[in-house]
Amino acid sequence: MPKDHGIGASPKRREDVRFLTGAGNYTDDINVYGQTYVHFLRSDVAHGTINSVDTGAAAGMPGVVRIFTGADFEGVGGLPCGWQVTDKHGEAMKEPGHPVLAQGKVRHVGDPIAAVVAESLEEARNAAEAIEVDITELPAVVDMKSALEAGSTKVHDDLSDNLCYDWQFGSDQAAVDEAFANAAHVTTLDLRNNRLVANPMEPRVALGDYNRANDESTLYTTSQNPHVIRLLMGAFVLGLPEHKLRVVAPDVGGGFGTKIFHYAEEAFVTFASRQINRPVKWTSTRSEAFMSDAHGRDHVTTIELALDADNNFTGLRTDTHANMGAYLSTFASSVPTWLHGTLMAGNYKTPAVQVNVKAVFTNTVAVDAYRGAGRPEATFQLERLVDKAARELGVDPIALRRQNFITEFPYATPVAVEYDTGNYHATMDTLESMIDREGFAARRAESASRGKLRGLGVNCYIEACGIAPSNLVGQLGARAGLYDAATVRVNATGSISVMVGAHSHGQGHETVFPQVVAEMLGIDEGMVDIVHGDSSKIPFGMGTYGSRSLAVCGSAMVRATEKIINKAKKIAAHLLEASEADIELKDGQFSVAGTDKSVAWGDVTLAAYVPHNYPLEDIEPGLEETAFYDPANFTYPSGAYACEVEVDPETGKVTVLDFAAADDFGNVVNPMIVEGQVHGGLAQGIGQALLENCAYDENGQLLSASYMDYAMPRADDVPYYKVDHSNVTPCTHNPLGVKGCGEAGAIGSPPALVNAVLDALNAAGHDIGHIDMPLSPSRVWSAING
Amino acid sequence: MYAFDVVRPSSLDEAVAALGEEDAQALSGGQTLIPTLKQRLAMPSKLVSLTGIADLQGVSADGGTITIGGATPHATVAAEAGSFPALAQLAGNIGDPAVRNRGTIGGSLANNDPSACYPAAALGAGATITTNSRAIAADDYFQGLFTTALDEGEVVTSVSFPVPEKAAYVKFEQPASRFALVGVFVTKSGGDVRVAVTGASNDGVFRWSEAEAALSGNFAPEAIDGLSVSGDDMISDLHGSGAYRAHLVGVMTKRAVAAANG
Repeated sequence: MPKDHGIGASPKRREDVRFLTGAGNYTDDINVYGQTYVHFLRSDVAHGTINSVDTGAAAGMPGVVRIFTGADFEGVGGLPCGWQVTDKHGEAMKEPGHPVLAQGKVRHVGDPIAAVVAESLEEARNAAEAIEVDITELPAVVDMKSALEAGSTKVHDDLSDNLCYDWQFGSDQAAVDEAFANAAHVTTLDLRNNRLVANPMEPRVALGDYNRANDESTLYTTSQNPHVIRLLMGAFVLGLPEHKLRVVAPDVGGGFGTKIFHYAEEAFVTFASRQINRPVKWTSTRSEAFMSDAHGRDHVTTIELALDADNNFTGLRTDTHANMGAYLSTFASSVPTWLHGTLMAGNYKTPAVQVNVKAVFTNTVAVDAYRGAGRPEATFQLERLVDKAARELGVDPIALRRQNFITEFPYATPVAVEYDTGNYHATMDTLESMIDREGFAARRAESASRGKLRGLGVNCYIEACGIAPSNLVGQLGARAGLYDAATVRVNATGSISVMVGAHSHGQGHETVFPQVVAEMLGIDEGMVDIVHGDSSKIPFGMGTYGSRSLAVCGSAMVRATEKIINKAKKIAAHLLEASEADIELKDGQFSVAGTDKSVAWGDVTLAAYVPHNYPLEDIEPGLEETAFYDPANFTYPSGAYACEVEVDPETGKVTVLDFAAADDFGNVVNPMIVEGQVHGGLAQGIGQALLENCAYDENGQLLSASYMDYAMPRADDVPYYKVDHSNVTPCTHNPLGVKGCGEAGAIGSPPALVNAVLDALNAAGHDIGHIDMPLSPSRVWSAING
Repeated sequence: MYAFDVVRPSSLDEAVAALGEEDAQALSGGQTLIPTLKQRLAMPSKLVSLTGIADLQGVSADGGTITIGGATPHATVAAEAGSFPALAQLAGNIGDPAVRNRGTIGGSLANNDPSACYPAAALGAGATITTNSRAIAADDYFQGLFTTALDEGEVVTSVSFPVPEKAAYVKFEQPASRFALVGVFVTKSGGDVRVAVTGASNDGVFRWSEAEAALSGNFAPEAIDGLSVSGDDMISDLHGSGAYRAHLVGVMTKRAVAAANG
């Protein structure tokens, strides 16, 4: 019988009532008296020298309050990068300046040149058209390999070249060389992990509101981590002390990583509001989002696997070019290195693993974390490679994987991380039970009778979530700690507000977090609310990304609740005239062990705030506790996925018929929400594999700059999913034993889909090693027809 | 968008008069025009909405001809053009419900997007496009990308389709926009076969006369085995090369013939 409340129950998402009835409060819903509107004049060329920006005519146009250009930001800090990567020669990565508004040069289509602040948006747009910009267009650098050739045009003139860093990591060279020298078989694969645009349903919005009465600035913004924005923008860009800067991220309509980062528009509205002493609002159009939101992925990789005569994996090496775009976004440098290289062992006990990454500047929009962030790129190349190896060797792809699974935990990989727990055979067993492999031949024959090619693809994945142990990431270059924090504030009558550093932008924290607190206290979930997204209300937490909310912030909340219980027991012991050691808490009642004496939760909380009968000599009144939690390790969700497709060989069109996902997320608090997270991740993974493609031409013009050309997955592109999370190896180092589920679907699904398509084509007699994503009809047709 | 005036006349005469003003622009559903305005890519002084004119609304069938008012939305055609099922089915698969409830046949034909569905139906069925001043045969109407025989200020008042003996429209969708990457409308009336192709050509909708000749003798998919259009004149973009589109023209034509034969 499933539980109907607390941990393990699936109450409906309480936040959905307001989201689905139009009562949500998004940043664009916030309007402040005296508000002005800003329109950014953006570069329409990918690369050029700014000779002049003449705002004279525009400044006199109706409604214009002030026009800003790069010159107004001299003396203001640039947008910082939060992760210092050290290259293989021990040198620091190159960190070019990233001004709020372009200074001297424009470096990608969409780079902001000037900002018009006006009484209305239309007036701002009108005036922007009257700004005369004189730009000498320069050759654009788009392709990463050409960007690294000697004599290439430089994106940043003050750097020696377009190489941000050349990073190497993993087993020592001799071990890797030996594995390949002694290999019975080597499988090699060249591939591209396609560039994506995150496309949250809500575009980015920023509203800066300066209050001269107290010299305080408030930034309302679409962010996944308001405290991170406050720290970065306050300390590094604008020089505003934290106590004079409040960052509010109210309801946020999807983030997927792209709302982690500190953006120029946020700094602009905060700065400009102080300058003009009025609120300044910016709402991105969808067209602007395509050319100003950080993009995702965009890796070009060669990967090789060495196997011995018994098909054991003996060595793996991978060489990746990672596109940084024109500027270093907040966490861009960490994605292809520490979030990617550390996962290259995958689920396998390959003894020698080496990862090489060259990060490259190009005249394109900055690239940063997008759902999975480095881990999808690692999983895709590894799981495509293993599948290719199985085909070359003529062995069963599941058997080859099983043979090489890690089976003993903890397991220290050759790429720095230690998996605390897992059971990869168990999730594969479950997957096999979900997909009726025995019946596949008959299904393939049925498809063939209709002229269609049927394929089945599988893969495994491992990810590192619960980001992250601060001491470890500090050694790796992070310029921040990655703990989180929660304050549990018990009110006099027993209801509870939990202030959390995590931010919910679709994850369902408002439902899940109270389930945990209510379970611990034995009270009704309805008595618990969370407060998030406002730096003036919540403790300093690092926000939500990397499937970290429950594993890190949830752990802080558990620790704070434990402190509450400890204190409440002291109060109860006093009220019951018993020893604290004898007090038990169950179902919201404190009782004295072995007696029928008890006192209710509400009586204890009331005593804490009305301390007439209270041990004032021992403890303070009130019942409010804060905990900061720094994880001891990453968490390692893992799983096995399968996809069944049908290919129309006449058109190249791929139809996804079936998708099965067997995950080990550790303990699960709300199974319904976990399944929803997997569904969403699968849709994004299928989108990447089949549809989504952010493409530039050789001049740096964005070809897929709207939904007319950028294909998002729609309901009829995806099948009814089969999902399972019944295999549970609890995380060994956090109090809830949870691992995180937000990114798994997006990480695990692209290789399964591509493996399935190649299975369909190769079983039909073709000999196709790989097709780059997205597997659009024209690409599949071209592969079939050579 | 830039500022403009909007008028919503209730008669054709008023509309035509309003369209005679400088920089006036007809609005008939606005599924292309409104996004264009939002992007500030057009600057009309006045929009003249045609959808409030009762005479331009509705579907009527009479003696083997189905006539559709120029301002009739796709959803109405999908629901009411049952005597020409291929046309109703085409209308019911344009865009999404919001598009189908706003976009109109006259708006689509006046715009003549090279990837739109209706031009294939009009050309494939040999329709007659009637305006406030004349009747134009479909064969004379389509004159290239976004170009038609319409004069400045001329309004499509209705479109008349002779209902064929057999017909089908097959659309292969561009994955992002779901416009036709290649769409083929095939009709057969006695020995007269017409094959109209949208989405594929740099010159917009066209008739594939070679296939028509072959199918006139044998209205079966295999009749066009070995026939192909040249990829040289086909659109080549992110979603497919000219060669791919040329290939799809053959595949979709066969599928349309098969569908028309039931």
